[in-house]
Formats: sequence, C-alpha cells, structure tokens
Amino acid sequence: MKEPLLNITDVCLERGGRLLLENIELQLNAGEIMTIVGPNGAGKTTLLRVALGLQTPTRGEVSRLTGLRIGYMPQKLHLDPTFPVTVKRFLSMVSRNTADRINQLLAEVGATHVLDSAMQTLSGGELQRVLLARALILEPDLLVLDEPVQGVDVHGQSELYRLIARIREERGCAILMVSHDLHLVMAATDRVLCLNRHICCSGAPEMVTSHPAYVELFGARAAEQLALYVHDRNHRHEHCRDCIREARNV
Amino acid sequence: MFENFLLRALIGGLGVALVAGPFGSFVVWRRLAYFGDTLAHSALLGIAFGFLLHINLTLGIIVICQTLAILLFFSQQQKHLAGDTLLGIFAHGALSLGLVALAFMDDIRIDLTAYLFGDILSISNSELAWIFGGGAVALFALFKLWEPLLLITIHEDLARVEGVPVDRVNWLFLGLMALLVAVMMKVVGMLLVTALLIIPAATARRFSGSPEIMALLASLLGGLAVCLGLYSSFRWDTPSGPSIVVAACLLFVVSTLLPKGNPFQKSR
Repeated sequence: MKEPLLNITDVCLERGGRLLLENIELQLNAGEIMTIVGPNGAGKTTLLRVALGLQTPTRGEVSRLTGLRIGYMPQKLHLDPTFPVTVKRFLSMVSRNTADRINQLLAEVGATHVLDSAMQTLSGGELQRVLLARALILEPDLLVLDEPVQGVDVHGQSELYRLIARIREERGCAILMVSHDLHLVMAATDRVLCLNRHICCSGAPEMVTSHPAYVELFGARAAEQLALYVHDRNHRHEHCRDCIREARNV
Repeated sequence: MFENFLLRALIGGLGVALVAGPFGSFVVWRRLAYFGDTLAHSALLGIAFGFLLHINLTLGIIVICQTLAILLFFSQQQKHLAGDTLLGIFAHGALSLGLVALAFMDDIRIDLTAYLFGDILSISNSELAWIFGGGAVALFALFKLWEPLLLITIHEDLARVEGVPVDRVNWLFLGLMALLVAVMMKVVGMLLVTALLIIPAATARRFSGSPEIMALLASLLGGLAVCLGLYSSFRWDTPSGPSIVVAACLLFVVSTLLPKGNPFQKSR
C-alpha cells in the first residue's frame, strides 16, 4: 500500500495547562477527502494547524510525505480596509502567475467576474472562492480547508461543497477540511472524523452518523437528518429526542 | 531667499519623507501605529545612553530602539497582557526613564523641545549623512522584503504555509522600524515620528489601487508636507516639526474632500 500523505500518530497538545488535543491518530491517503467535525472549541482548527506544521504538538508525531505540496485556505482573512489589493494582485503574489493562469483558476472556482475587484468588497461566497483559487495556485497534492463555507448562505454552501468535490475529482488531490455544518458536507466526503479534543469516532459518513459517540455529541435530530441525507431513508434514530436544541446550535 | 540651512533642512526633510512613505503604509496596513510610537518614545533614553558612552547620539538612539524592539517582540509572545497595555508600559516607561536619566547627568543641558518635536532647521551635515545612509539601507531592505511582507500582511499562517520565513521577516521589519525612528527624530521629533509615518499613508489610501502606488504616493505627500511645513516655519517662524505635521493633516483633510480616484470605494 502507498504511504499516506499525512500521518499523525498519538498527538497530544497542551497549552496553558489545558489539553487541547488528546491521542490523535490520523492518516490521510492520496486523493481522499476527510472532514473533521465537532462542536465549538473541539480543537478542529488546532488539529489543522498541527497537520500543517504551524503548531508543534506536546507529544506525538506528525509526518508529511516529502515534497508534499500543500494548499491552505485559512478560516478568516483580516484585511485592513486601508490595504489596497485586488483579487488579481492577491492571486499573483505567491508565484508570478500570468493573467491567463489567474483567469483559469478563477474559472475553476467560478469567480472570474471579481478579477479586478478589491478583496475587501467581495461577498462571503466570492471571498471563499478566491481563497480556494489561491490554495490551488501551487498545484497542491493536499488541500487543507478551514471551514470553507464560512459566511456563505445555505444554497451557496452546498454549491461550494460540490465545487470542492469536483476539484478533487479533476485534480485528484487529497482534501482535509474542517466543517461546522454537518448535513451538507456528508455527501462530499469519504471519511468523517468526529473530534471533541479526542477522536470520538471516525469512518465513512454513514457509519459515523449512527455511532453512539456521534449521536451523543450532536444530538439525535442532527444524526437523523444526516442519515437521511446519506441515502438511507430507513435508517433512523428514535432515541435521545431531547438533544434537539443542542443539535440546532451546532 | 534660499539660505544654506534651509536647503539642508529641505533635503533632510525630503529624504525622511521618502523613506517614511512605504514604511508608513505598512504601519497603517498592519496597525502598528502604537508600536511605532512606543519605539519613538524610547529615543530619549537612547540620547541619554549616547551621552553616557560618549558615542554618536543617533547611534545611541538606534541601539536603544533596537533593544526595545527585541524586548517587545518577546513580550508579545506571552498572553497575560493585551498588546496595547504592554506597549503603553514600554512607551511611557522608556520616555520617563530617559528624562530621569538625563536629569542625573549634571553637566549636560539639552534642548528637550528639539528632541520632542524636532529641529529640522539646525540639521547638520553629519545628520544629513545619517538620514541618507540609514534611509538608503532601510529602503533597500524594505524593497527586498516587499513581497514577503505583503504576504504576511494578508495572512501570517497562509504566508507560513507558502514558505515565507515569517518570524525572520517580522524581526527584520522591526529592526528597520527602529532604524527609521532614529533617522526621523531630527526632522519631526520623537513625539511626532508616527504622525509623519501614518498621515501621508492614510491620505494616499483614497487614491491608491495597489500597495506600491500607495507607498509611492505616501512618499510624495510626505514630501509635500515637508515643503509646506518648512515654508510656514521660515515665513511665520512657526516650530518646524509641528508645522510639517499640520501641513500633513491639512493635506489629509483636503484629500477627503476630493473625489476618490480608485476602485476601492466599498472598503468601509
């Protein structure tokens, strides 16, 4: 079997006396989409930062395949309004990209119309698409996306997830992403990793959503909706009804 | 009407404005105004240090500013105090320590106002050499760091993932800022250094479609402010440093009345 692109073994991360990540095991293979889900403060972004090498774990090992090209899409961009930068300029910063190449990238993410707009004037969906284009510039083997549909309306969210799935199909790159919203992402992922500082459960979306640890974490209603979304109409969980409100907050 | 001292003042002022433009732009983009202020406040301590060791005063300022920049860099790693609280402690601590240190030196009587608000009209040839030497070094280094600094300004982690040595670039930038403060002291004084950094840059924003244009425009506007300030100082005998800053402010006010010459209208 081929070596995984990313291998995280027994990683713990402690900060200020608090354990943020505990015994994390994660292997990501070429061409695979893995989604990390979990409640607020579960350490999802921290785990991505560890995977990217931006943060050193207190214990455990993180190894990336040598020569692995990573494209990263951060959660938020805090651009000062005084910083004059157009989308075109933003996309030509990493490496000297020709106008053709930039247009081609923008076409791939469906955002050619914003080429000459200022970054600060983009809508939520446009910004996410531009950030995605930026992550694709270096022809990555691995895309790391931190809440890629943040600030996008529900309709736009499913469109973005379809786009992400299509990028994987066309480019064959692996994708590691963090997601907040559960039901939309399920159709576009191979594996789900349910995180609450430690890994609660992981596996194919259908398996994870029926896993007791998952149901406990997100509530029955969420699990039920997911199960519905993932093809199986008869697969229902009738227990634990009182977690509904909690599930809505997720 | 052009006398020798006035010509020197003009050349020195223009030199400083030229360097201040691009640096000031970064100060505005990265919200470092208070940081620049803190560095400037330590200049008086640098002067005391210079007198104490009998070294060139500009060199004394550079040494102390660099030291403070290093201290700040490390203190900002801790999370117990907010950044601005920390800067406040350093700024006022360094200023007061400088005043106290100078008071201990009995044989030295300095013109405090000249250090606080600048004394461009008494600029000497050696000070001109410092401005142009230091300024050239700072500009050249900034030119080399330009793209990495822009990437960091956009997103530090993204820059890291894309292979920018973020910490090293930040270090160098802080060091250059410290150098710049020392060089700008003579022209506008320690209390007004930040003004000459940020006001021309803020004025330039309305008319700039790219970072480079904004930096260049900030230099030009700073130069214009120097000319206007010097003229007023010469004509009406107003204090030179504050006159330059007043001119910069006037340019800013006038600019807000002009139509925006750029496509960035929606940016808040």
